[in-house]
Amino acid sequence: MPSTVALTVARYRPEQESEPTVQTYEVPFRKDWVVLDALNHVKDNVDGSLAFRWSCRMGVCGSCGMKVNGTPKLTCATFLSDYLPGPIRVEPLDYFPVIRDLVVDLTDFVRKLKQVKPWILRKEEKPPAEGEYLQTPDQLETYKQFSMCINCMLCYSACPIYGLEPGFIGPAAIALAQRYNMDSRDQGAAERLKILSEHDGLWQCTFVGECTKVCPKHVDPAGAIQQYKLSAATHWVKSLLLPWGTR
Amino acid sequence: MSEPHYTLYHPRWYRRRVSVWWWLQNRSYTGFVLRELTSVFVAFFAVVYLWQLHAVAQGPDAYAQFLARLRTPRFLALDTVTFLFVLFHAITWFNLTPKAMVVRLRGKRVPDWVIVAQNYAAWLVLSGLVAFVLLRGR
Repeated sequence: MPSTVALTVARYRPEQESEPTVQTYEVPFRKDWVVLDALNHVKDNVDGSLAFRWSCRMGVCGSCGMKVNGTPKLTCATFLSDYLPGPIRVEPLDYFPVIRDLVVDLTDFVRKLKQVKPWILRKEEKPPAEGEYLQTPDQLETYKQFSMCINCMLCYSACPIYGLEPGFIGPAAIALAQRYNMDSRDQGAAERLKILSEHDGLWQCTFVGECTKVCPKHVDPAGAIQQYKLSAATHWVKSLLLPWGTR
Repeated sequence: MSEPHYTLYHPRWYRRRVSVWWWLQNRSYTGFVLRELTSVFVAFFAVVYLWQLHAVAQGPDAYAQFLARLRTPRFLALDTVTFLFVLFHAITWFNLTPKAMVVRLRGKRVPDWVIVAQNYAAWLVLSGLVAFVLLRGR
């Protein structure tokens, strides 16, 4: 087992350079170290100017998404030992503008997420005195998988459609829209469909399927989008056959 | 005075352009683009079929000519490639169906392989029916 491993990190310092460059750091190899540990080692001991985001170190916060050897990964869950003998290439997520080194700007996603109204919509809100909206475990099970999303943006970085068509609402936002559509307490499916059946919505997805492969929480955004397409198409056929029934 | 190169505290983003060769980056991207490409070959099969109907309408001579055309080596080669692409299209399509079709029976999700197997079974039955109709008179 080697005592060190080379970490080739993408650097972008807008005050110094107009394009990203790479810098290689030799970091100690430890069996229990993930890529994030190695980056923190560099930050603390070698080069304090290296910029990257992280918070929880346990795959919950979704801050430390980066590309490791070309694949979008949560760096807190990506072990150095899986990439021996190295060098290990660490780059910022694709398709988002890079602010500095490994830090990308996520404003575009946050705006899109808000568009799909990821909260429970009711036609009429009942007064709190009448109690909660009840749900059975089976009803919870239908959408639970889609609710595990941590907004880490690995799926956007894996989606070539998002790269080619930056207007595309994208995998995580659509999966979260579907999460609320399938929630038995929600009544906003028609409202969301209006937004998602527009040009930059559902139908931009051509089912590459890579979003599902890189998802660290097994949300399966590709599945969510295809199921959404199926229900949108069914809704459209119904509105053709029974124009008075769907109003 | 020249333009300031960098404004302090003002973000100067770097946006990377998507390479024309993005689909060669990994195998699943390449597989995806090949699957999209199959539509051309599916369309080609449809055109040949329309051509066949046209030949039938023109009479026996035209139909014999059509059949002779199909037997030329160039057409056979093209047909083989087309068949492989259409097969790739069908298989990947069937394998993807459980992603879009979630069937719940008594509150439990029907496993993916059952949905895929039903597709293949329907394919076999329909192919058998077609073969039966075509070969019945022989």
